[in-house]
Amino acid sequence: MNAIAITVNGQAHSVEVSPDTPLLWVLRDTLGLTGTKFGCGMALCGACTVHVEGEATRSCTTRISAVSGKNITTIEGLSSDGSHPAQVAWIEEQAPQCGYCQAGMIMTAAALLAKNSAPTDADIDDALSGHICRCGTYQRIRAAVHQAASKHSSAGAAKQAARGETR
Amino acid sequence: MTAAARKDLQVTRRDFLKAGAAGGAGLVIGFHLSSYLPANAAEADREVFAPNAYIEVAPSGDIRLWIARSEMGQGPRTALAMILAEELDADWARVKIVQADLDAKYGDQTTGGSLSIRSSWDPLRQAGAAARAMLVAAAASTWNIPADECATRDSVVMHAKTNRKLEYGALAAKASALPVPKDVPLKKPREYRILGTNQKRVDGEHIVIGEAHYGIDTKVPGMLYAAVARPPVFGGRVQKFDATRAQALPGVRQVVEVPVVEMPPLFGEERKENSGHQHYLWGGVAVVADSTWRAMAGRRALTIDWDAGAGADESTEKQRATCAELVKGHGKELRKIGDPEAAFAAAPKKVEAEYELPFLAHTPMEPMNCTALVRDGKCEVWAPVQNPGGMATALVKALGLPASSITIHVTLLGGGFGRRLNIDYGVEAALISRAAGAPVKVQWTREDDVRYDYYRPMSHHRLRAGLDAKNNVSAWLHHIAAPSTDGVYVGGDLPDSGGTELAGVGLPNGTVPNYMVEQSFLHTVVPRGYWRSVDVSWNHFAVQSFMDEVAAAAGKDPLELRRELIATKQAAVGEGGDERPINLERLRRVLDLAAEKSEWGKPLPARRGRGLAALYGWGTYIAYVAEVTVTKDGAVRVDRVTCALDCGQVINPGMAAAQIEGGIVFGLTAALYGEITFEGGQTQQSNFDNYPMLRIGEMPRVEVHIVPSHESPGGCGEPPVPSIAPAVANAIFAATGKRLRRLPFQTQELAQA
Repeated sequence: MNAIAITVNGQAHSVEVSPDTPLLWVLRDTLGLTGTKFGCGMALCGACTVHVEGEATRSCTTRISAVSGKNITTIEGLSSDGSHPAQVAWIEEQAPQCGYCQAGMIMTAAALLAKNSAPTDADIDDALSGHICRCGTYQRIRAAVHQAASKHSSAGAAKQAARGETR
Repeated sequence: MTAAARKDLQVTRRDFLKAGAAGGAGLVIGFHLSSYLPANAAEADREVFAPNAYIEVAPSGDIRLWIARSEMGQGPRTALAMILAEELDADWARVKIVQADLDAKYGDQTTGGSLSIRSSWDPLRQAGAAARAMLVAAAASTWNIPADECATRDSVVMHAKTNRKLEYGALAAKASALPVPKDVPLKKPREYRILGTNQKRVDGEHIVIGEAHYGIDTKVPGMLYAAVARPPVFGGRVQKFDATRAQALPGVRQVVEVPVVEMPPLFGEERKENSGHQHYLWGGVAVVADSTWRAMAGRRALTIDWDAGAGADESTEKQRATCAELVKGHGKELRKIGDPEAAFAAAPKKVEAEYELPFLAHTPMEPMNCTALVRDGKCEVWAPVQNPGGMATALVKALGLPASSITIHVTLLGGGFGRRLNIDYGVEAALISRAAGAPVKVQWTREDDVRYDYYRPMSHHRLRAGLDAKNNVSAWLHHIAAPSTDGVYVGGDLPDSGGTELAGVGLPNGTVPNYMVEQSFLHTVVPRGYWRSVDVSWNHFAVQSFMDEVAAAAGKDPLELRRELIATKQAAVGEGGDERPINLERLRRVLDLAAEKSEWGKPLPARRGRGLAALYGWGTYIAYVAEVTVTKDGAVRVDRVTCALDCGQVINPGMAAAQIEGGIVFGLTAALYGEITFEGGQTQQSNFDNYPMLRIGEMPRVEVHIVPSHESPGGCGEPPVPSIAPAVANAIFAATGKRLRRLPFQTQELAQA
């Protein structure tokens, strides 16, 4: 069994698992990063969503061999202190109930916001259509993504202002 | 509410008084300190003020509140802490919560029946008030002044006359030496500073950074992982198995057979002599490995011969046919007022309809799992469980260990919805750990979770109503055919007494002169369980849909018919064990409020409609108006739901509203998609592809209007679920003139020719 190299949240790892092992179980069992959740094992619910090279990816159906050498970000690495605009907005809107599906939702929302700084309801519904929340937090998730978008853009504007940039 | 849940209310009260007495004797000081204090804190222990099982004030001013109910998203960690903090007059910013392990000092720790707040309301307020009184007494003695000259706020005792202040932390040592007072007066609602305000969920910050720890996240030293092959047919057993291939796989440590175990009644009551078949854990074959994935791979490599067992003939088709036959005859009369058959026969106008609902799975997002360590005559379990007491009882029986050897740590639950009242997965984990001689986490896949659930039962309803010459309801007859769930919980197939599983028949019970509810049971080996809102989830759909049909036959507006029934001012009664009197005025108020806010009666475009449903239960009154659009091809879109909620004194309005939003999604998922079917004794669904869930694009706009009230709090977990299906069915009728009487909605019937 050969070691497979991956970078998770900026940290290089070499993991010795069979190449068909899903990334999800490597994160959870091998690396102890349990923020990424198991929900269905078939890419139907989105609870296991992480970023692979910035793209929202279902880790439960992604073989470890397919992400060899790649950069992976999990909920634990989205920000160092819970300050990502999506995380802040999730608290502001009091989106979570049991919270189990929320890490996956936040990871998809973060990937959406990186590409689309002002998503519409339809954009949000489209991006999150692969996610299931059994507690039914969807109304607040939508509001949280909108709020995160406004924080995201105002944070971006503040950074630009601090650097003296103008468009 | 069930008999078991009703008992819960009483038991909790009694056990609290016991705990209070123990506190008075000074026996509980310092309990549980080891769980968070550093090893060198023994000296500081004595300074900690711990007047009862729920509260500790440290010299630093940190306040810890023990939450003895399970958190699964419905918010008891936050809400119960708010209740304690209110009477304690604690600084909310200094309050931390600790999830309580199973311990007799908390009384019953079952989380279900929307009881967490209701059953804790009095004992927790008394606990908080007693602790506050002791801190005040400590300050008063320090200042040598009468205690009644002191006031408290935000963890500070104040003496206004002399402008002196002492923080709770500074008083902790002195207060801990004082006796626990009895009968301390509680705050008046106008004095509340925390209750009724929006406070953020205490777990929220951990959740959004991935640091909230659910059962599935448990890791203990030396832990192995297991996946279990269970009998494919209900009631089946392992005949023989070959583990050669599995054992040859990398990382597989052991393959062990899980024995068949007879399970005790879930809530610790004695098994009734007259109950039908017994309740078993049907066993299987477990593959124990060094990772979850390797355990799952090992399971796939097993070869097992199964005894099909008693369930091999079960099929949904047969069950439906049997129920349809049962309601043609007469069942056991559970409610009878007047002479309903004669009144129906004599009625100039008659309405008749039958409704059907399917079996449903719970599918919380966190699949079942449990971590157990059974070694040296002791059993330690880390479980996402709603019923740790029931789990302990079952472990005692399954392992043959005394109760004192069982430790249960209740983790955060990734959803429960009633599934985690059953404790099969805990017993299974303990048996596997014992066989493996190591701590083991048993991980279910989603397929396991769907196939081995304790399902919400199917039901078939026959309803008949008679209208007199003035179009008033003169007779109402309801025959329910369903498998029993209560029976399973008392340890068999049938409930131990009649009158259960009627909750949700609601209005018009008690408001019409001739009324009857009959019940017939379908016998089945399919495991059944409590599913968020239990019997109300089926009875209420039938009754509230039929109410609309009766209104249409009488030429009345559905709101008007309900108002007329309420105006009879007959004494309606609670069902299914909720014995508190029903206040029909509160029901009328939520109906009117929902109607007003939804613009009830205002015309809508073609193929759009509004529907109404309202219920009382769990001490709460709730009304929905659903607004739907039905497309030409028959697709139903729920655009908007207006909710009026009277849950008595609301603890945290934002969290109550969240329960409504979530309850609507839960009920709508069932109404649009939910159906578990069986063929050859096997569940035909397996995952979210064939047991679909509502998704974000289908989320209606939900508006929640809360009636201000200082009545005792009602529940909020279950009340939001049942009314959405009938409200939508009634809206579909308003939009199309077509009545859908079977769940999930067979929307193909709505397509325009």
